[in-house]
Amino acid sequence: MWSRSKGVLSAIVVALLVVGIMAFGQVYERTETIYVSGAAWGPASTWNPFQPGSLANTTGTLGFVYETLFNYDPLTNEMIPWLAESGEWITDISYELTLRAGLAWSDGTPLTAEDVAYTMNLGVEYDAMWFAPMFDYVTSVISIGDRIVRFDFTDAPLYQEFDNNLYNIPIVPKHLWEGRTEEEITIGANENPIGSGAYLYDSHESDRNIWIRNENWWAIDALDLYPAPKRIVDIRFSSNNVALGSVIKGEVDLSNNFLPGVAGLSDQGIITTYFEGAPYMLSANTAVLFLNTTIAPMDDAAFRRALAYAINVDDIVNVAYAQLVAAASPTGLLPSLSDYVDDDLVADIGWSYDPAMAAQILADNGYVDVDGDGYVEAPDGSAISLEVTCPSGWTDWMAAIAVISDSCKAAGINVENVTPDYGAWNTQMQTGTFNMTLNNWAAMSNTPWTLYNLLFRHPIQTQMQSGNFGRYDNEALFDLVDALAAIKTTDIAAMQDACSAIQEVLLSEVPMIPLWYNGMWAQYSEAVWTNWPVDGDNTPSRLPTTWSGYWQLGGLMMLCELELVD
Amino acid sequence: MRRYFSRKLLIYLVTFFLAVTVDWLIPRLMPGDPIQNMLSRAALNANAAEKLYTYYTHAFRLDLPVWRQYLNFWNALLHGDLGISTYLFPTPVSEIIGDAVPYDLFLLLPSILLSWWAGNKFGAYAARTKRLDNTLLPIGYLLTATPYMWLGILLAWVFGIVLGWFPIAGAYSYTMSPHLSWTFVGSVLHHWFLPFASLFLVGFGGWAIGMRNMIIYELEADYSHYLEALGAPRRLIRKYAFRNAILPQLSGLALQLGVVVAGALVTEVVFSYPGIGYLILAAIQNQDYFLVQGCFLFIIIGVLAANFLIDVAYVIVDPRTRRGMVGE
Repeated sequence: MWSRSKGVLSAIVVALLVVGIMAFGQVYERTETIYVSGAAWGPASTWNPFQPGSLANTTGTLGFVYETLFNYDPLTNEMIPWLAESGEWITDISYELTLRAGLAWSDGTPLTAEDVAYTMNLGVEYDAMWFAPMFDYVTSVISIGDRIVRFDFTDAPLYQEFDNNLYNIPIVPKHLWEGRTEEEITIGANENPIGSGAYLYDSHESDRNIWIRNENWWAIDALDLYPAPKRIVDIRFSSNNVALGSVIKGEVDLSNNFLPGVAGLSDQGIITTYFEGAPYMLSANTAVLFLNTTIAPMDDAAFRRALAYAINVDDIVNVAYAQLVAAASPTGLLPSLSDYVDDDLVADIGWSYDPAMAAQILADNGYVDVDGDGYVEAPDGSAISLEVTCPSGWTDWMAAIAVISDSCKAAGINVENVTPDYGAWNTQMQTGTFNMTLNNWAAMSNTPWTLYNLLFRHPIQTQMQSGNFGRYDNEALFDLVDALAAIKTTDIAAMQDACSAIQEVLLSEVPMIPLWYNGMWAQYSEAVWTNWPVDGDNTPSRLPTTWSGYWQLGGLMMLCELELVD
Repeated sequence: MRRYFSRKLLIYLVTFFLAVTVDWLIPRLMPGDPIQNMLSRAALNANAAEKLYTYYTHAFRLDLPVWRQYLNFWNALLHGDLGISTYLFPTPVSEIIGDAVPYDLFLLLPSILLSWWAGNKFGAYAARTKRLDNTLLPIGYLLTATPYMWLGILLAWVFGIVLGWFPIAGAYSYTMSPHLSWTFVGSVLHHWFLPFASLFLVGFGGWAIGMRNMIIYELEADYSHYLEALGAPRRLIRKYAFRNAILPQLSGLALQLGVVVAGALVTEVVFSYPGIGYLILAAIQNQDYFLVQGCFLFIIIGVLAANFLIDVAYVIVDPRTRRGMVGE
């Protein structure tokens, strides 16, 4: 017995000695590293740039590793040439793109027009590519020499979607991808990704992803850009209070988590936010209340209009969100797209919170309280009892639907707030078995078409997977949306006209109710890094975000403009 | 003895079969559709969405009749294939579990075993020491009755933020890459301590109270009084009481060890510590059939294995079980 424990003891001593000798491991220099959080919600699982919905957990895949032809700045509404030096329509149905000179993949191979054509044509080859439907109107994509790519179109190009794709389709290296099978290309995990961008994949653990600066990045010379942090540690916190604690301690530099109560901390100067006062955050997307128009009484435009007047958006902004969001325009368009809002129409037939008006509309259209229970009945005398839903655990939305329920009840409409599990909520939405629900799936975009494509997605199918969940069926309106899609993004006046026509239907028929703008949640610590994006002249105006799909919308520029605190 | 164990083994096999069947069935009874949840985040246009839906439904063999899916499931399981997660597509379920569970074992095994050992010792000691019984035991009650979430947040706040002695998140410092060095090992232990302590404290209180009550009960039993009447030394009586009192505690320990692979959800959330608990919750919320099945499979195996070990342990620590087997 004694000899055995002696053996164990000496084994431990040897092990400790080995550990001691190997004590040269890597500890990151604080001044070279930026710590961020708020993008990932689970362990990293894929680096496949063609799986945009699954990339939140490896946020740098799009934008760091793989780059797009253009970038887009939502704050100035500008398309910024990126891998492309320029792009122009040589005819109405032919688009020619010139790549920059001196582009290279991080393995040293030059990035040429052939890579771009190869990437685009994956959409022809594989139905599972998300941009495959683009080839309904694109007839061919070919490379001409090393730097020219030509797109040819049918006679009805969807210009709006095409422009959107120009800054969303990631370009992959042909020499590393062409030998892959369909499965590897469409759904493979693509571990150790090789791209052309500012950062390289370094490593990942279940609660963090680490990216390291690409010192041979083409834009260092070509665009004079150099990201300040050498290393990015993207942390996944499993609760928001931990994220909050870490920013306050200065251990996390940028948190893109939604943290209730940040308004107070910003006022005290403990953390920094984009705006100094309400709403503190930039607006990122529109929270829309979808109404199931296949169910009575929501098939009645008058009833829907009464709802729009009945909902107390101010309470959602001030109570549910403690001033971190702003009320939405009834047109649903983000402030960055305000050029396309028809102000006269909004003044004329738009709505805002007005319970008296709601009561008036209900009474005028035969919605009266017959049985004296405090809630109105439908004109045919049947009781109205509706549910408004959002996924369980989404605390800000849960508070918001509580406000919706309360204000509807105050207006005499019986609406209960219910919170199913995410999966059940999602299925209800897509199969159309909900009454009213919140949704915000239109990302920040260069075109109002993105939002209206979510709101009025057509044709109506048994499963509506990404829009028009309330199955609002209006052929004339669908034609208007299609018309908008086919206008060139440079023809602002035509786009404005098309948007006015859509807004006229939206505001008079109220198929759904845009309520508020969800924020681009961002709070920064100035303990180590400074020169963060803030509102004002002569300050960096970029999207302060690490969310997946937003690096090419300004997130990367933010990194290039950061400075170390002295 | 052989008959005893072969009968037990048969019962375990039947239980395993039924439990795994239920494990396969339950996720499929949940409202919702895993493929829809997987695709919905991609914001695809209508054509692409429909194409991809068919594509993935086929890839996951969810377009087959239910009985075929069930047979395929057993077939794959017997070949050691747990499938691919839809929530963390395209990671294999076994890889997800393999990555996450070590953190849980590292946290839960020491806290369960140490709190069991210390709690029982302390409880037994407290039962015969009036002063201790009156002072420290109420603290034990307080600890077990405290909502764990609240205790965890309190510990994180006091020791992590106010005093700043311990980090508040992660399994090791975010400023390090894993490597073999004193700094790294120190960082791992430093990050481990608070979550461990929170689990230990709660477990400790529970075991101590249980043991204390059991000892008092055993000391009041007829055999104790009989021994006392015979003039046996108190030490001997206590020894017998302890041997009897430890039996239910052993069963309790087995149950806790059995579900170790389920992780510690609340600890993981409060201290942002990696582990499987958080993933099980996310898997359920996202209707990830395969990940849910895989996790619960290990829980089933864990519970059965722990019970089996306890059966064996009982034979060793409880002579009555041995006698019963001989009597057959």
